Amino acid sequence: MDPIAGVPLLVSTSLKIAIMFGVVMLTVAYTTLAERRISAFIQDRLGPNRVGPFGLLQPIADGLKNLIKEEADPGTASKFYFLLGPVLAMGPALVTFAVVPFAAPLPTPWGVVDMIIADVPIGILYILALSSLAVYGIVIGGWASNNKYAFLGALRASAQMVSYEVPLGLSLIVVFMMAGNVTLTGIVWEQQQLGFWFAFPLSLGFILFVVSAFAETNRLPFDMSEAESELITGFHTEYSAMKFSMFFIAEYAHMLTASALMATLFFGGWDLPGTWDNAYWYQGELIRGFDASGAPMAAAPAVWKTLLTFAAFAAKTGFFLLLYIWVRWTVPRFRYDQVMELGWKVMLPTALAYLMVVSATILVLDQVGISGFYFGLALTGVSAICTVAFVFFLDRGRIMVGAAAPRHGRVGPRPTFGRGAMSSEGATTGD
Amino acid sequence: MSGSYIPLLILFGVSLVNALGMVVVSHILSPRRPTPQKSMAYESGMIPLGDTRLRFSVKFYMVAISFIVFDLETIFLIPWAVEMRELGWSAFVAVSIFVAVLAFGLVYEWKKGGLEWD
Repeated sequence: MDPIAGVPLLVSTSLKIAIMFGVVMLTVAYTTLAERRISAFIQDRLGPNRVGPFGLLQPIADGLKNLIKEEADPGTASKFYFLLGPVLAMGPALVTFAVVPFAAPLPTPWGVVDMIIADVPIGILYILALSSLAVYGIVIGGWASNNKYAFLGALRASAQMVSYEVPLGLSLIVVFMMAGNVTLTGIVWEQQQLGFWFAFPLSLGFILFVVSAFAETNRLPFDMSEAESELITGFHTEYSAMKFSMFFIAEYAHMLTASALMATLFFGGWDLPGTWDNAYWYQGELIRGFDASGAPMAAAPAVWKTLLTFAAFAAKTGFFLLLYIWVRWTVPRFRYDQVMELGWKVMLPTALAYLMVVSATILVLDQVGISGFYFGLALTGVSAICTVAFVFFLDRGRIMVGAAAPRHGRVGPRPTFGRGAMSSEGATTGD
Repeated sequence: MSGSYIPLLILFGVSLVNALGMVVVSHILSPRRPTPQKSMAYESGMIPLGDTRLRFSVKFYMVAISFIVFDLETIFLIPWAVEMRELGWSAFVAVSIFVAVLAFGLVYEWKKGGLEWD
């Protein structure tokens, strides 16, 4: 089977872009509804259920309302940057999805169509680059509002998002080691070849990635930039109507991309659990694997496979979206200093140490000549030990303690009064 | 392979038009009746006191500087990670030294109190 080319390629690409853009917007709209409904169920309420059957038309009603609602712009705001904020937040948020493969390649009479918008060689680096632009939208919006709450929210968001970008990047490095590739199609292929979802051989990397992704998307328990009980609504306090909606859409689009990444990097992407049926472009051929002598075997793409794998991808992504919502309505918010401590004192050293452990393990296994299933199994064991140790040491309260617990251990006693993120009460660096 | 970037450019255009369109359409459709109270910055119902653009804690600069150091470390590690199994032990030792130097920097910053927030 040949890849699609020429005019059909142009048509299929345009169609894919249009469909993907629509699907992302629709998913975002319905995630907001799911969030409200699920939060209501968690709190023993009903949630919005009046507009349409089961409240299913609520997102459309909300969108229309926000479109025709009066915008109360603060007179003291910087007009241009006030407009630029939401545009900068929303623009990059909706394009990051482009390099995520969402189904097995689809055979058509004109050739095989890859179920990905653009399989660029830089792969996930593209997502990292564009999703870190999110901080600009928030900072510019919050600064231009000329509102103290918005300014504090923007300031907090910028520090938090750059802090968690480091463990996010480091947790991805173990995936690159396993895959030997940075494209998401390559990462899916390697997981299928190994017969292991990376969540098992790289369990601690997965945990670090999930926590960093929660912090990057400013979701609870990391929503320092909004923190309703402290900063009204944080960086978008002054935004109303459609501009507020745009920040909202951006946040949910980032959630969607992060969920898709969790599914793709650590849970096999679009593969059907247990089938390990591949389809990957290898030297111009669509192959499903190598036989015992190392010769490539041709893949057999089919329409039903594309549909089933898309369902698998949607289910995995939907699960992580649900996890986002579930966590938001279950876990209380961190204090700001705890967020920064977790990022710099726990996540960063752990990610660095884990990276070295994984690379040493892989090299040792390669040296001994273990490959295939036992390679995955050995790495799963090592990672399980790392994960247990991580949870064990985090639980000791040496580095981070809960707000209620007395401070002890290495950082010295803390005053029990006047504790604010911006205040300084002398050095607490005693050993 | 450079052809695979063209869909991204199209998508950028679509996304930008979409974002700007939302601003413009809502600007056209929405009513506009500003009053002095409405266009005042929100400060929990009080008349705003003082200026917003005040000096803020130096901690935020510390975080930004640390971020640059460690984010660059991540960038340097990516090429090695991709080729790690081919490069073998010598590259592993080199990277270990690189990581150890930065880990030492982190410990130094930690002990100096650069990571404390209260």
